[in-house]
Amino acid sequence: MTPATPVEADATQPVGFPRLLAQARVDLDTHVAQYGPLPVVHSRVQRAQLIDEVERSGLRGRGGAGFPTGRKLRAVADKGRRNAVVANAAESEPASFKDAVLLSRSPHLVLDGAVIAANAVRADTVFLVIERRNTAVHAVVADAIGARARTADDRVRIEIVTVPSRYVAGEESAAVNFINTGVAKPTFVPPRPFERGVRGRPTLVQNVETLANVALIARYGADWFRTVGTREEPGSLLVTLTGAVVRPGVYEFPLGTPISNALGTANTSLDQIGAILVGGYFGSWLPPSALPALRLTHASLREAGGTLGSGVIGILSDQSCGVAETARIARYLAEESAEQCGPCIHGVRALADAMDTLTRGGSAARDTLPNLQRWLGDIAHRGACHLPDGAVGLVGSSLRVFADDVTAHSVHGRCIHADSRAVLRMPDRATRDWSWT
Amino acid sequence: MNQKLVVNPIKCDAHGICAELFPERVRLDDWGYPIIDPGPIPHALLSHARRAVIACPVLALTLVRADER
Repeated sequence: MTPATPVEADATQPVGFPRLLAQARVDLDTHVAQYGPLPVVHSRVQRAQLIDEVERSGLRGRGGAGFPTGRKLRAVADKGRRNAVVANAAESEPASFKDAVLLSRSPHLVLDGAVIAANAVRADTVFLVIERRNTAVHAVVADAIGARARTADDRVRIEIVTVPSRYVAGEESAAVNFINTGVAKPTFVPPRPFERGVRGRPTLVQNVETLANVALIARYGADWFRTVGTREEPGSLLVTLTGAVVRPGVYEFPLGTPISNALGTANTSLDQIGAILVGGYFGSWLPPSALPALRLTHASLREAGGTLGSGVIGILSDQSCGVAETARIARYLAEESAEQCGPCIHGVRALADAMDTLTRGGSAARDTLPNLQRWLGDIAHRGACHLPDGAVGLVGSSLRVFADDVTAHSVHGRCIHADSRAVLRMPDRATRDWSWT
Repeated sequence: MNQKLVVNPIKCDAHGICAELFPERVRLDDWGYPIIDPGPIPHALLSHARRAVIACPVLALTLVRADER
């Protein structure tokens, strides 16, 4: 077996658990004392070793799509010698906080991973993409970059890019488009960023949690990485628990953890759950009956008809109206359309209108159902980005999981859930970032 | 080599000419935007597909290798 890392052996013991989520901010001295110096990935052999190690680790992207990180590194590394890296922390999903929490507590772990990845794919610049509204995170990261100046790897420049706080601004082609043109809207792919990205260069776009894992794999190796998680989906995962949860927030769990255990950690009683939203506002509702089989893996949630996405799990209590809740989220998604593609401009808005009509109930609700079913079949996979697909998944799953409520609304005008107050967090319309530039 | 028809949804302006010229594989949604059969186009229909590609006023349609994407 090859040595775990191209680094000279240092005395550092691998971290225990949690791996990524520190209790408080870790400054540079503490970081170096805990993890040792930045692994050196400069020679051709070191680059190849690093990419092999990440491939062997089985790490997959933590931004939502779950693409194998090693394969992505290799694709960019094979392209050319002047590449770029985008470290993506633009989690514009209103329900997700994991990237913000990770960056504000362990900025150096993320920056290490970004620099290691940049060296591995021969990039001279890392663009760290942060949501514009996240000024606190921005300050922490700017501070961390400043502190590293004296120790840093001077082959790699780190530039902070603040993108509009729009839902699709974190989509990889949108982040690259913003860096290139100042407009945070997705572009039509191909070419994908790994083929032609920032300033036309092959560009590695990785979520910041993925990069933090790369920093650990570079130090402790693939075998260490695989000591946690499942065989197919190794490692740990940052999860945002939200909604009707006693202690909402960001948690780190081994992949494969039963979701009921995860909810137990957040002190949430399982017998009053009305529905579970997995994958965030882009995801799907699942019924409480699915809960015993649900584990924190892409495979488990896919099998249950959902997605893991970027690790948001929202809980709706059995006192809440799922139709009204879905209508609010669908409206948010429609308002976050970049208004570039017809099926999104018209289709997602139609879904949101139909959910509003359904919420109000009565004969109009009955009349809208056949249209809604047709739109759900027609809209998916027809946008430049996946916003329409996300809206279809969310609304389609709501009709299945809240079938009783849907019937009650269309037959009796309303459902038995008197409490239709919003449970899941939505940005305030009055103070929202409406700009794309 | 098998080919399929792809629309760039950002360019597409719902002129609808593609559905008129190539109804075998293109229909329109409620708002006039094309819904394209994602499968490979049989040889016998390729000339229809090419005509649709050429006729699109905003050049939103392309024929690509069926295994792309």
